[in-house]
Amino acid sequence: MGPQPSTVTGVPKRLPVPTGRDVPRFDGAPAVEVAGLEKRFGDLLAVDDVSFEVHAGEVFAFLGPNGAGKSTTINILCTLAFPTAGTARVAGYDVERDPDRVRRSIGLVFQEQTLDDQLTAEENLRFHAVMYRVPRREREARIGRVLELVALSDRRHDLVSTFSGGMARRLEIARGMLHTPAVLFLDEPTIGLDPQTRALMWEDVLTLRREEHVTVFLTTHYMDEAEVADRIAIIDHGRIVALDTPTRLKAILGVDTVDLQTADDARSLAALTAAGYRAERVEEGVRVFTENGEEQVARLVQLVGAAVGTVHVHRPTLDDVFLHFTGREIRDQGGEMRPAMARAWGRRR
Amino acid sequence: MSTVVAPESAAPRVEATERLSGELATIGMVWERELIRFSRTRTRILSGFVQPILFLFVLGWGLTPLVGSTAGFDFKKFVFPGIVAMSVASTAMFSAMSIVWDREFGFLREMLVAPVRRWALVVGKISGGATIAAVQGTIMLVLAPLIGVKLTPLVVVEVIGLELLMAISLTAFGTFTASRTQRMEGFQVVMQLLLLPMLFLSGAMFPLSGLPVWLTFLTRINPLTYAVAPLRQVIFSVQEIPPAAAARFSAQVTLFGHTLSVWTEIGIVIAFAVCFFVLAVRGLSRRQ
Repeated sequence: MGPQPSTVTGVPKRLPVPTGRDVPRFDGAPAVEVAGLEKRFGDLLAVDDVSFEVHAGEVFAFLGPNGAGKSTTINILCTLAFPTAGTARVAGYDVERDPDRVRRSIGLVFQEQTLDDQLTAEENLRFHAVMYRVPRREREARIGRVLELVALSDRRHDLVSTFSGGMARRLEIARGMLHTPAVLFLDEPTIGLDPQTRALMWEDVLTLRREEHVTVFLTTHYMDEAEVADRIAIIDHGRIVALDTPTRLKAILGVDTVDLQTADDARSLAALTAAGYRAERVEEGVRVFTENGEEQVARLVQLVGAAVGTVHVHRPTLDDVFLHFTGREIRDQGGEMRPAMARAWGRRR
Repeated sequence: MSTVVAPESAAPRVEATERLSGELATIGMVWERELIRFSRTRTRILSGFVQPILFLFVLGWGLTPLVGSTAGFDFKKFVFPGIVAMSVASTAMFSAMSIVWDREFGFLREMLVAPVRRWALVVGKISGGATIAAVQGTIMLVLAPLIGVKLTPLVVVEVIGLELLMAISLTAFGTFTASRTQRMEGFQVVMQLLLLPMLFLSGAMFPLSGLPVWLTFLTRINPLTYAVAPLRQVIFSVQEIPPAAAARFSAQVTLFGHTLSVWTEIGIVIAFAVCFFVLAVRGLSRRQ
C-alpha cells in the first residue's frame, strides 16, 4: 500500500494531520506481521483469527470499543501474553520464540501510568536505559534527545509527582522511545487527557515518526485520533472487520452527499440529473451524491440556476464507518473501568 | 561442518557475558532506585528508628527493674541484640512492600516488560531492601554504650554481615508475599499477622531456654529465631558474662536437646532465604 495521507476534511482542526513530508515510504520488511492470531480465555474468544501487517514507518491504528480485543492483541505483540493459535512477528522477531529481542525492539506506553513518581524525570529515564541496555556512552545524549522531543528538557530534574497528567504521559512516550525502538506501541494513549493535551501528544508522536522513523501502533476508541493514522484496522468482537486508509474506509460508505436548498427544487433536480448527477428530492431540498462534494459545490450551484438557500456537504466519518461495519456506534466508555483494569494488569493471569 | 562450529560456539559465550553484565547493571539500577526512594521518604526513615528505640526503652528500662540482674548482667544487655534484630526485620519486611506499591502505581509493569530476567529484578529488589535494613540496624549500634554493651570493630563487621543475611532472607520472604498480594491493604494485614508474632517468638525479647513446650515449639519453627540467635551470640562473645548470667540469659538455641552452632543457624537462614527467593521469582514470572 502506497503512502496515503489522510485528507484534511473531517479531521478536527486541533489534531495534527500527517502531511506528505511526514509520511515515509513504506518499503522493506513489515514492522508487524500477524497471521491467524487467536487468544482464548476459557470460552471467550478474545482474538479471533486476526491477520494483518504493519509497514515500517507507518502510523497504524486499532480502532474498536472496549472489550473488542485491542488490548489483548497488543499484549500478545508486546510478549505479555501468549497466543493460543497463530503467529506474530514484531520487528522480524517471533513473539513466542524471541520475546527478549521483541521487547528490546519495541517501546510501550500503557493505558495506565507506569512511572515512578518519587523519581525525577531523568531518573525514570535512566532506569529504563539500563533495563533496555542503552550503552552507557549513549545514555546521556539519548535522555537529552527524547526529553527534547517531548519538550520536557526543563523538567528533567523535577520529581514526576509534580507533573501534570499530560506531562507524565509525554514523559512515558519519551521513555518508550529511549532505546530507539523499531515499533512504538501506544495502548489508548490519550485516555483521561484533555483535548489540548491530546493534540500536543499527537504532535509528539508525529514528530517522533518523522525524526526517529519509528513505526507507531496504537489502539484507540476515539475516531478523531484514528484519522491521524495512515491505516486503520476496525476490530470488533475479536475480529478485524475492516482495514484500510481512513480515506478509503470512508469511501467504502460511498460518496459525499451535498444537500441544496433551492427556490425551485423540482427544476433544480431536473437540471442536475440532466447534467449527469445522481440526485434525489429530499424533504428539505435536493440531495446530490458525488465524489469530492466540497469541490463540486460551485458547479452544482451554477447548474441549479435557481436561487440557492443553504448548501450542506456531508462526508462520511469514521463514526459512520464503524457503525456501518459493526452496527453499533463507538461510545466513549473510557474512564470508569480504569482502576480495576490497572490492578488486573499487574498480575497477568 | 567443523569450521562452522567454532564461531558458533564462541558467539553464545560472548552473548552470555554481555547478558550477565546487563543483568548486573539491572540489579544495580533496581538497588539504586530502592535507595533513592528510601532517602526521599523521611517518615519511613524516622519510623525505622523510633520503633526500635521505643522497644528499647519499654523492654530495656521498663522491664529491667522487674527482671533484675544476675551477677551484674541485666536484661537491657540481653535485649539489645534482639532490638537490633527487630529493627532489621521490620525494615526488611516493609521494604518488600514497595513491590505492592509498584504494582498499585504501575511501575512494576515497566519493570516486568523490560527485556531483563525476573531473577535480576528480584535480586535488585532484595539487595536494595537488605541494604536499607542493615543500615538501619547498624545505626542502632550507636546506642550500645548507653546500655553498657561493648563492641569491637570485628564484632561490628560480623554484626553487619549477620544483619545483611537476616535482611536478605526477610526481604525475600516479603517479596514473595508481595508478589502474591494484589492490594496494599492485603499486604499490610499479612505483615501484621506474620511480622509481629515472628518478632515476638524469635527470642529477640526473652531467652529461649526453659520455656513451656508449646512456646518452645513455636519459637523453634520460627525462622527468625535462627537469625536472631547468631546476632546475639556474636555480640555476647565480647561481653564479660559471668556463668550464672550466661545460664539465665542464654543466647543459645537448642533443638531436640542439641545446642545449635552459629554456622548451623546461619545455614538454616540461608536455606530459608534461597527458598523464598525462588518462590518470589516464580511469583513474578507468570505470563498470560
